Amino acid sequence: MTARSEAPSPPSPASGGGKINEPSPACGGGEGGGFSPRRAAAMMLRYWYLLRSSWPRLVDLVYWPTVQMITWGFLQYYIMQNAGFFARAGGTFIGAVLLWDILFRGQLGFSISFMEEMWARNIANLMMSPLRPIEFITALMVMSIVRLSIGLVPVTLLALAFFGFNLYGLGFALVAFFINLMLTSWAVGIFVSGLVLRNGLGAENLAWSIMFLFMPLTCVYYPVTTLPVWLQPVAWALPPTYVFEGLRALLIQKVFRADLMLDALALNVLFFAAGVFAFVKLLQSARRHGSLIQAGE
Amino acid sequence: MPAVPAIAVERLVKIYNTIPAVDGISFTLVPGSITGLLGGNGAGKTTTIATIMGLTTPTSGRVTVLGAEMPRQRYRVLHRMNFESPYVAMPMRLTIRQNLTVFGMLYGVPDLAHRIEQLGQQLDLTELLDRPTGRLSDGQKTRVSLAKALINAPELLLLDEPTASLDPDTADWVRGCLETYRRERDATMLIASHNMAEVERLCERVIIMKRGHIEDDDTPAKLLARYGRRTLEEVFLDVARGRGIPREAAQ
Repeated sequence: MTARSEAPSPPSPASGGGKINEPSPACGGGEGGGFSPRRAAAMMLRYWYLLRSSWPRLVDLVYWPTVQMITWGFLQYYIMQNAGFFARAGGTFIGAVLLWDILFRGQLGFSISFMEEMWARNIANLMMSPLRPIEFITALMVMSIVRLSIGLVPVTLLALAFFGFNLYGLGFALVAFFINLMLTSWAVGIFVSGLVLRNGLGAENLAWSIMFLFMPLTCVYYPVTTLPVWLQPVAWALPPTYVFEGLRALLIQKVFRADLMLDALALNVLFFAAGVFAFVKLLQSARRHGSLIQAGE
Repeated sequence: MPAVPAIAVERLVKIYNTIPAVDGISFTLVPGSITGLLGGNGAGKTTTIATIMGLTTPTSGRVTVLGAEMPRQRYRVLHRMNFESPYVAMPMRLTIRQNLTVFGMLYGVPDLAHRIEQLGQQLDLTELLDRPTGRLSDGQKTRVSLAKALINAPELLLLDEPTASLDPDTADWVRGCLETYRRERDATMLIASHNMAEVERLCERVIIMKRGHIEDDDTPAKLLARYGRRTLEEVFLDVARGRGIPREAAQ
């Protein structure tokens, strides 16, 4: 500390004497400035720095999807050798596993990036900065795709190498599946983040477990008709159900069901709007209850 | 035309469940002033500062910052203010440069790389800029928090115990930085602190809170004279232990 015994030099306002707290046009400052790509990019950069600095975080992204794909891949391989129906329906299990991982890891990628701020006790810094909720949410959505890609792309290549299942061979259908699953995962991720913001890290477990509530109801591995009749309307109220039905239609009947994808999209618009609405309300409640000051357990 | 107050708090009440944390306080800070906010634990200092920053919504009353009502109009002014507290951490795995880059982008700072180098020099952080924040000493972390708080050269700086847990040398150095910054920028500062020597040195006005109320509000010299004490610490103890003059008389 060379300068400590001397009088400190002034932390001057700006280079060249100008004011620097006038936000640049790209920043979108002021009440009417709206969405700022630069602020959203700042948050993406923050999460990218974090991922880059921690190899255990990167390994964790790939580890579980790989284990799950291999387990279900061998199970499907065994069933195909012993059951004629499944021999014709090659890839239904492993395809469902990969699509389930898009849904689950998409939500987890969103929620974990959010919880990094809670764990780092950085949320108050962000909430008193000019960052707006929509910019924060946008950054979390983009990072969920980044995290998902890091985890899932190697696994899809392994599925091709080990079990001959080419997820990318689904073509346009895969795009439709992906969009619908990501929208659901974001809607749930936004809602859970709001709950954690309002209730602190005591609600953290929801981030890990909430999607498993969807698993039996969205009929990941079996048709909706397998459910009791009274439960089927509940299943059809959930967008991922349409995706998993669409996958089975594609793999077993070789038909792309655009109608199912459009129904899923319509439901997803509702889910997403409800997720954002809940987040805003929970944030307002957090401000009322002082939760943002004591963002912890 | 009179200048817009940096902060105007009018009959602010904040109740958590049924417990009043702040109970009808009012004060105004003129631009360019340094004010100390004193009070024991539970006096309402943190809630007051959180409301000024827009982190909590008042139960009733009104808070305006640089002319904008908080929290409703906060996006009009958040880029002109900043905050530092040892109790709000910076992401530990990110280097100082990465943290300052992120916050600089959030605050819309132009020529950010130059600004970071400049703050690095001024806060004696240049050689540490590429070190993860989590591997710094408490004193170094405080200077990083200060760098983050100054990244946008704020007109209004809110500080919550800025020298807590620092050794006397580092604490003195930080106070020097704050004095110099205020002089150069003509910035307004509100400092919540338990360190009476710090308040005496930095602040031209002191607001003393107790159980959600303002117990006294004056210059350090007038407070000392009124209570017949030699140090602010003695005045603080008088107020905290109920040996002070009645609130109405003080106000």
